[in-house]
Amino acid sequence: MAVSSGLASLSESLWTAATGTYMLAVVAYTGEYAFGKNGRIARTSAAAARQPVLVGGRQPADLLDPGPAASRYGAGSVDSNDAGRRWGRAAVALTVLGAVLHLASVAIRGIAVDRVPWGNMYEFTLVVGLIATVAWLATLLKMPQLRYLGLFVMMPVLLVMFLAGTLYTKASKLVPALQSYWLAIHVSSVAVAEGILMTSAAITMMYLVRARYERGIASGRFARWGERLPAAASLDKAAYRTVAFAFPIYTAGVIFGAVWAEAAWGRYWGWDPKETWAFIAWVVYAMYLHARATAGWKGNRAAYINLLGFAAMTFNFFVVNIVISGLHSYAGLN
Amino acid sequence: MPRDLALALDEGRLAEHAEVGSDLSPDEAAARISRALRPRWRTVLRTERPGTVAVSAEKGYSREAGNLLFHVSLLVALMLIAGGRLLSYQGSIVTTEGSGFCNRPISYDAFHAGRWINTGRLADFCIDRLNSFTASYRTDGSPAQFRADINYSTGLDGASRHDVIRVNHPLRMAGDRVYLINHGFSPTVTISRPGRTPVTDTEPFLPGDSFLTSEGAFKLPGRDGATDTDLGLSAVFAPTPVINGGVVTSIAPAADHPVLAVLAYTGELNPGGQPQSVYSLDQTQIAAGKLTRVGAKNLTIGQSMTLPDGTVIRFDGYRQWVTLQVSHDPTQTALLIAAILMVTGLLGSLAVRRRRLWVRVIGSDSSPRSVVSVGGLARNDTGNFAAEFEAIVVQLAAVLDGARQPAASSAAEKIGAGKD
Repeated sequence: MAVSSGLASLSESLWTAATGTYMLAVVAYTGEYAFGKNGRIARTSAAAARQPVLVGGRQPADLLDPGPAASRYGAGSVDSNDAGRRWGRAAVALTVLGAVLHLASVAIRGIAVDRVPWGNMYEFTLVVGLIATVAWLATLLKMPQLRYLGLFVMMPVLLVMFLAGTLYTKASKLVPALQSYWLAIHVSSVAVAEGILMTSAAITMMYLVRARYERGIASGRFARWGERLPAAASLDKAAYRTVAFAFPIYTAGVIFGAVWAEAAWGRYWGWDPKETWAFIAWVVYAMYLHARATAGWKGNRAAYINLLGFAAMTFNFFVVNIVISGLHSYAGLN
Repeated sequence: MPRDLALALDEGRLAEHAEVGSDLSPDEAAARISRALRPRWRTVLRTERPGTVAVSAEKGYSREAGNLLFHVSLLVALMLIAGGRLLSYQGSIVTTEGSGFCNRPISYDAFHAGRWINTGRLADFCIDRLNSFTASYRTDGSPAQFRADINYSTGLDGASRHDVIRVNHPLRMAGDRVYLINHGFSPTVTISRPGRTPVTDTEPFLPGDSFLTSEGAFKLPGRDGATDTDLGLSAVFAPTPVINGGVVTSIAPAADHPVLAVLAYTGELNPGGQPQSVYSLDQTQIAAGKLTRVGAKNLTIGQSMTLPDGTVIRFDGYRQWVTLQVSHDPTQTALLIAAILMVTGLLGSLAVRRRRLWVRVIGSDSSPRSVVSVGGLARNDTGNFAAEFEAIVVQLAAVLDGARQPAASSAAEKIGAGKD
């Protein structure tokens, strides 16, 4: 089956629409952040984090209006400020709409080329962005009180969408080396792991700002940021849990890659640049997990290791794909 | 119970702490708690002094088991990787359509063997013949599929079997795999020198770009004893040619009226008799004037050129060649198992939660007869331990209440039966 150019251009229009919608969502999140009474949320969210969160079965409509559920955390834990709430509800609605357009864009691209829609960097980037957005919406479903942090999630997603645009590759079929069911298994597991590890890095950065604030040494701009963020202990815990969740997936993804390499290139591991950097990132995240359990390395130092792991992974994605030539040169950017 | 922890419990200093009153005697209360916890928790019951009984409980040992499994598997995997280095070999060979090779170190263009490989006793198999190679391309010139159609035989006199090797689909025999790594064209020329038998030669050409503009050479020794009568052809093969100012390049990887651009030289090809590239003439000989150009022409299939001495060179056509790579690594399967165990261990060590409980029952003469203090500690910060602890205390209270309602003990069975 040939590539359907009609569907491919529909997919591209949907990408544009999704990006535009996300942009509006970011504006709305900013509105909530600016006009909502976030200071009060920040103060109570540390206490809220210690409460059981049992709101999983709520209707999607509640997502837009977390007011009633908030009562269990005490008055004022979710803003009662009308302007802030309106902005927040609009932001979530726009995020959902954007995610639907985004999903359609990815799915139609897959149909257009009659294969999994992550065969080059453009497609992979779109998929990672989609995973991040869906993960954020899932988080909101369980913890609607975090809605005010949407700006910090959707801003990176928006960047990812623009990035996909710069990496744009014409819809095409796969070269023989990529014609394998391992493409679905290896790349999807790595994409999921990278999406989650990206979230962990974002949380870690919030942690570092907040920890500075809590130590009382922050002055100037960062002090105000820190005040509005959740408690450092909660952020630290969340960063750890996301890595603990993603690390086995990432490990499995690398192993799937090795199994595929055995079938495609005649050896399971050959220190191809991509393999080398995947290994480096793996070791750094393993160090993070160990550091987190080691006295003297907890807290800030562990947080920096987390960011280092993310840096290694990002380097592996961009620099190794685009600049360094290796067996994984599938970016389609030549 | 370590004294400092006992003290911490007494003072309510543990992160999670609760107190429950009961009308049971301290011994009975502690025994019930211990019984209720036992299915899921490792418990130790100890009478500290008359009237004071302590129960300490811990669960989540499989976390440490997972941890151990992961690290042991990692170690085993590293040893297998090292062992694989010693026990593996890899050979690659350029094979043109119509020919084949056997699995001997001497057959290969490149051969690397581990230290513990006896190169005299490699597995017995032959790729009897590369029947054909097919590359199909899409309209935009990107490759769609590569297929190497082969016949092979295993054992000393095994029957010849047919197979197709594709990218991602190697030929797998017991212990050895054969991969399709690269491909290109091998043009054929017939060279008729005056007074000598015509020679037909097919040489693999080295692709220089993604459209398979390929370079190569044909080398014919001259008359015995004469050092300056060798004939060398330096040539460029373009499968889909465009000729721009006399320079031939290819604009598509599939063969479509291919052209062979020939530069003919006579002189001394290889004075020292040293090994030299089969893909080119020795440029230092050309620069030194020991090889003189005697003709140049772009030939299509069937065309020929005549050199000043009467030699006729005809471009007959082309065949295709493939690079096949033979790999042998007996440790792979064991390594895959070790890798699976690694991930299994990792899941256990990251997902299982370690929890500790300290219960102290202190008797008194007034009512309630026993005061039960419960302290809890999460050894890992996964999950919401505060909620978990709250539920445990509720269930322990139900167990203690069981004095009046024995049926309630079924609820107690489930203490700590959450996700662990």
